[in-house]
Amino acid sequence: MKEFALIFRNSVNPDAKPSPDQMQQVLEKWMNWMAGIAAQNKLANRGSRLAMTDAKTVKPGNIVTDGPYTEIKEFINGFTIVKTEDIDEALEIARQCPILLVGGSVEVRKLVASDDNS
Amino acid sequence: MTAVICRHFGLKHIEIAEDIASDTFLKATENWAINGIPENPIAWLYTVAKNKTKDYFKHIAVFETQVKNGIQQLTPETQIDFEFSIENISDSQLSMIFAVCNATNSTEAQICLALQILCGFSIEEIANAFLTKTETIKKRLSRARAILRNDNFQIKTLNETDIKSRLDTVLKTLYLLFNEGYFSKTKNQLIRKDLCAEAMRLTLSLTENPLTNMPQTSALLALMCFQTSRLDARRDMNGETVLFVEQDKNLWDKALIEKGNYYLINACSKNEVSKYHLEASIAYWHTATTEQNKWEYILQLYNQLILIEYSPITALNRTFAFAKVYGHKKAIHEAEKLNLADNNYYHSLLGYLYAGINNDKAILHYTEAIKRTKSTEEKQTLAKEIKRLAG
Repeated sequence: MKEFALIFRNSVNPDAKPSPDQMQQVLEKWMNWMAGIAAQNKLANRGSRLAMTDAKTVKPGNIVTDGPYTEIKEFINGFTIVKTEDIDEALEIARQCPILLVGGSVEVRKLVASDDNS
Repeated sequence: MTAVICRHFGLKHIEIAEDIASDTFLKATENWAINGIPENPIAWLYTVAKNKTKDYFKHIAVFETQVKNGIQQLTPETQIDFEFSIENISDSQLSMIFAVCNATNSTEAQICLALQILCGFSIEEIANAFLTKTETIKKRLSRARAILRNDNFQIKTLNETDIKSRLDTVLKTLYLLFNEGYFSKTKNQLIRKDLCAEAMRLTLSLTENPLTNMPQTSALLALMCFQTSRLDARRDMNGETVLFVEQDKNLWDKALIEKGNYYLINACSKNEVSKYHLEASIAYWHTATTEQNKWEYILQLYNQLILIEYSPITALNRTFAFAKVYGHKKAIHEAEKLNLADNNYYHSLLGYLYAGINNDKAILHYTEAIKRTKSTEEKQTLAKEIKRLAG
């Protein structure tokens, strides 16, 4: 079994103001997706969403900017860690992620184990 | 009573405490049959026990001083003036519960110990409940008691930090004890009710003590109340299982459901959400038969539960709830990802989900389920379903 980090990215759409109903639906989809992973006993770490406020970036030269924004408009939304046999299994899981339905993306990266040379 | 006596002997002499306790009860049956029940039976019993204990120590003292040369110290409490107040009794029992529910013993051992020491079950009764031989139970118990003795757990020294750290283990043991009764392999309905009742009694005593009355304790008690309320309805007159949807709801114990509600509300007094909170809430929804959206709530609760703690049964139960909300086809998809092909309940679930969609597959899964279950009762229920689908 290997561990893979799923890193969720999205880009801000300033015009998007989801209604409570839409929020509810999104939440429901996320819970179902997460619980589905847990039900397969493939969830290693539930991870966390990452806040948009209380967010800063530190750059060389002691520069600190607000928010997670760098030069690109995309930002990391959160992360989760799954445990699967190989990356294909992890991809299968990532394909079902609800963030894909709202234009986001999922980066899948194997965690480097101590006996790893990758 | 054993607990109170043990408090003063220490657990090393648990057998003696038990002997004294049973001697006392024997004396009671003999005496009360002739003289009637005394005005204060509890005081009567404890006075007799006290005297027997004094006698025992006198014997020991003789042995120690005249026969051995006083090398060994008697266990600390040689003052036999123990107060038999309600407080003292419940504290001793509490300490005993904590002593018995000790994670160094296997869970079966803990349950056996709990049944024997806390609930006064005989070895035969325990063997019956587990559907194993008395020899097996005897061995299990003697090993467990040896561990207990060596652990040298001083009942008296139970302090607040000890209690908090061991409460989880205790609740788990009581949960397992309850499970043993609820899902018991034995057909004997009385024994099953007994086990459930004992688990409830002990959990109740935990809620009555301010040191152990945590939200989780209330939640566990609520869960037990809800589940017990249906015990009578789950079996028909022939002792066969009645499926939930077919149960006569008039046989559900409404008073117990009310109690369950009370404890569930208590449990939600702080913002803690334990596994027991979730299970109790799910059990609550099962008692609310008229609620239209209940399966949505139940699914949400199972989602949270599986995220806290994975278990194959939770995964399967969640999938069942999923089916109720999103339909059988989507649920089949979820189910087949579960990777539980060795589990008989997995096949039962898939059989149920495929029924009406693909009866051949349903029958295949039901057949697999029959192969893998050890319960004759389940085999019968599944065989009935196969007949119904095939016919």
